[in-house]
Amino acid sequence: MCTLAANFKTPYSSRSMRLKIVFSFVLFALIFNPFTAKSEHGQEAGDSTDIRAEIKADILHHLQDAHDFHLFTDETTGTHYSFPLPIILWDGGLKVFMSSKFHHGEEVAEVDGSFYALHHNHIYKTDAEGTINYDDNDHVTNAHPLDFSITKSVFSVMIVSIIIFLLFKALGDGYKKSAVPRGVGKFLEPLVLFVRDEIAIPNIGEKHYQRYMSYLLTVFVFIWFINLTGLTPLGINVTGNIAVTFALALMTFIITQVSGKGYYWKHIFWMPGVPVPMKIILAPIELLGVIIKPFALMIRLYANISAGHIVLMSLIGLLFIFNNWFARGAFLGLTLFLSIIELLVAFLQAYIFTMLTALYFGFAVEEHDEHH
Amino acid sequence: MEKLISEFSVGLFFWQTLLFLALLFLLRKYAWKPTLMAVNRREKGIEEALESAELARKELKKLQSSNSELIQEARDEREQLLKEAKAMKNEIIAEAKTKAQEEANKVLTSAREEIKIEKSKAIEELKTQVADFSFQIAEKLLAEKLSDKDKQSDTVKSALNEINFN
Repeated sequence: MCTLAANFKTPYSSRSMRLKIVFSFVLFALIFNPFTAKSEHGQEAGDSTDIRAEIKADILHHLQDAHDFHLFTDETTGTHYSFPLPIILWDGGLKVFMSSKFHHGEEVAEVDGSFYALHHNHIYKTDAEGTINYDDNDHVTNAHPLDFSITKSVFSVMIVSIIIFLLFKALGDGYKKSAVPRGVGKFLEPLVLFVRDEIAIPNIGEKHYQRYMSYLLTVFVFIWFINLTGLTPLGINVTGNIAVTFALALMTFIITQVSGKGYYWKHIFWMPGVPVPMKIILAPIELLGVIIKPFALMIRLYANISAGHIVLMSLIGLLFIFNNWFARGAFLGLTLFLSIIELLVAFLQAYIFTMLTALYFGFAVEEHDEHH
Repeated sequence: MEKLISEFSVGLFFWQTLLFLALLFLLRKYAWKPTLMAVNRREKGIEEALESAELARKELKKLQSSNSELIQEARDEREQLLKEAKAMKNEIIAEAKTKAQEEANKVLTSAREEIKIEKSKAIEELKTQVADFSFQIAEKLLAEKLSDKDKQSDTVKSALNEINFN
């Protein structure tokens, strides 16, 4: 781990400050990824099928949300380095306790006489021994309480939200002193202008765009920042959770429908400019489109981020499967390259989500004279 | 699809929605509104400043062109004045010349007339003097002639002869 760090410190003597940041960011991600912490163990074992299974399990584990914030595990001693997060359950009453009670899923937590066990990142109600029952299809049959825990993703969202708020509040406050942004605002103001001039105005139009600016800006900044945290070595994967992208897409959907004007609805139910039979055929298709559009938003973001994480983690995993320095070097280079691509994807997905959201808003507020 | 549904976490959805909405409203109040307002104000300010600069530039240009026009006008006027002055000078000189000529002529004519008068006076005087002289001579002659009786009768006789009685 440390040797890698030493070897790769030389390439970033680039003069460009931005490039430097990108490089160090990716390198940091590579070197300190919790996954790489397993290198010692892998080399000693030398059993590639074992490592493969472990890598696969690790990737799957990473993609899912977790009830504690895991940093890394010392495999030789079996110690997990993590910090617990609060568990909030609704099971005939509110039950709040810390995830440390589960001891990383190894123990059953007893709260007010009920027993709960952690199984594949889901909390189930069990007996005192923590027995998990399966049906014929290997589905868990145990009852599970409504889980409102502050999971790793929720915790990350909180932290990132606070960071976003502080950063952009600094930008907003800066204008009290001068009309020109200062400090961090110099970097943040172009983002705001980008969303306004490249996303909102072209898609929604000068007339209506102002109403949607707050949402578009928040969505853009939020997705981008949260995607970026996914590239840190902390192993956060928020936008790779379908619940998160669903929440975002649902908001876009609701705002679109609420701001839909007569022309928008007419376009859906009684398409102008086509013969009557076509109007009848088009209505269900258009109506379906109303649902499909935000659905596509949800799936696109989720799939892109998940895929990115899987690919990156698999490539890092390959570093430990090959016992050959040439192959390792090649995969390290490839990982580095893909990390930079992911950095671009993080931005691109935020942009696409915001852009399409703006486009749907544009459809909703479109007026007759602007079209056909 | 089934995997997606089984992966769906109600808790995460709940927190995501709640936190996102909180972030949205907080950012709207503390970040987006002041930022967008400030940016708009600044952009408007820049636009106005550019416009006024353009206006000032045009004004300056106009002023410059009118300036050069003014200079040209002044130059023309000076030229005109100089020309006029020259003409006036010439006129004055010419007038003075003619006046002098006239004066000279007048003096000349009056001198001539005076000379004429003086001359006729002189002739008159000469005439009287000549007559005086003639009388004196005649007196002397007469005195001499009358002293002799014969001579007197001769003279009367010759004189009578000379006079024709017609």
